[in-house]
Amino acid sequence: MFDTSILYGLLGIVLAGLGLHAAILQRDVLRRILAINILGVGVFLVFIANAYKGPDAAADAVPHALVLTGIVVAVAATALALALLRALNAHQEDADRE
Amino acid sequence: MTLDALLILDVLLAALLLVLAIAALHSQSLRQAIILFIVFGLVTALVWARLKAPDVALAEAAIGSGVAGALLLAALRDRRPGVEAGSSQQRPAWQVLTVTYLVIGLTLTASWAFLYAQLSADAPGLNRLVQAELANSGVANPVTAVLLNFRAYDTLLELAVLFGALLGVLALGPQRPAPRIAGPVVTHLVAWLTPLLIVTAAYLLWVGAHAPGGAFQAGALLAAAGIIVRLSGNPHTALPGGIWMRLIAVGGTGVFLLVGLAAMGLGGKLLQYPADWAGTLILLIEVFATLSIAASLLLVYLGGQPRNWAARKDGSHV
Repeated sequence: MFDTSILYGLLGIVLAGLGLHAAILQRDVLRRILAINILGVGVFLVFIANAYKGPDAAADAVPHALVLTGIVVAVAATALALALLRALNAHQEDADRE
Repeated sequence: MTLDALLILDVLLAALLLVLAIAALHSQSLRQAIILFIVFGLVTALVWARLKAPDVALAEAAIGSGVAGALLLAALRDRRPGVEAGSSQQRPAWQVLTVTYLVIGLTLTASWAFLYAQLSADAPGLNRLVQAELANSGVANPVTAVLLNFRAYDTLLELAVLFGALLGVLALGPQRPAPRIAGPVVTHLVAWLTPLLIVTAAYLLWVGAHAPGGAFQAGALLAAAGIIVRLSGNPHTALPGGIWMRLIAVGGTGVFLLVGLAAMGLGGKLLQYPADWAGTLILLIEVFATLSIAASLLLVYLGGQPRNWAARKDGSHV
């Protein structure tokens, strides 16, 4: 359905904008990582909204597969970012002690 | 009439998602922000289900909301107590702000142009091709066919990305300290949940050939089982020893690549399976991918090298 695709596509764009805004302007690193995850969901939403072809037609499987790949890559990147953050915090703690 | 009811549902769902995103981004307490993000992920899974993407819905609930939420909560626990960063925004110079809003504006305009062009052209997408070739793919679920046959390159590289992230996390040092041993209620719950999760993972892996499911969802559930056991703090449970865990983690990318190369050896191109064997080969790849995804997600949750790996440096047992 045209309306449904537009609605969720717009929502995806707004979520991506909100996520990007917070990722740039938030001070705390953990909050930034969270914001990048919301940005990712916004991008996925644009893809999936685009793949939706109405209640009677089959949805396009290729964007679905791309988004599945994207979800796993996003969580892998999040895990690495969090590990780097942990190393950074440990480093700062050491520096503070000296 | 039913169409209108559906549209109301859509608007409500969209509004809920938007409110949750804003709340997660700007909540004062960081713990609250992360929990709101997990709820946001679950509502997103509902949206995927609404947009006829059940495979993505399963993956979002298990990975995007579940595993990512667990990772964020664990990261929150790492913080020094007392360092509670509220939602404070930087006050950068106006040049920085201008560039920021310019980038955001451009991105949004470009995405809108992309979406509008796609929708107004009523582009059929690639679905017709997928449906036409589905019979030759070895599986009946179109998403699995795209992931492991038509666009197997993407999935191979995705497993490589996951493996790369794992290497990065392992290189950064030892694991987090183990949680305290949980009380009897949690211990019993874990004893019930863990086998259930493992059986569900095996089911999802098998059913992925012809219905929503597959290696990623199964791998995430298996990792969830590991994370839950870890959270219970039971000292008698342990991961397989170092070398086995390493082999399992590399197995997803490794077996996938070997199958791809074998297809080349048989006269095809890289990852071009022989049509008669496609179903069996896809299952083989998926079994190893599931174990590898589970091992990788669990290891990154631990946040570094497991303690029993360190024993190797002394030349003692693995």
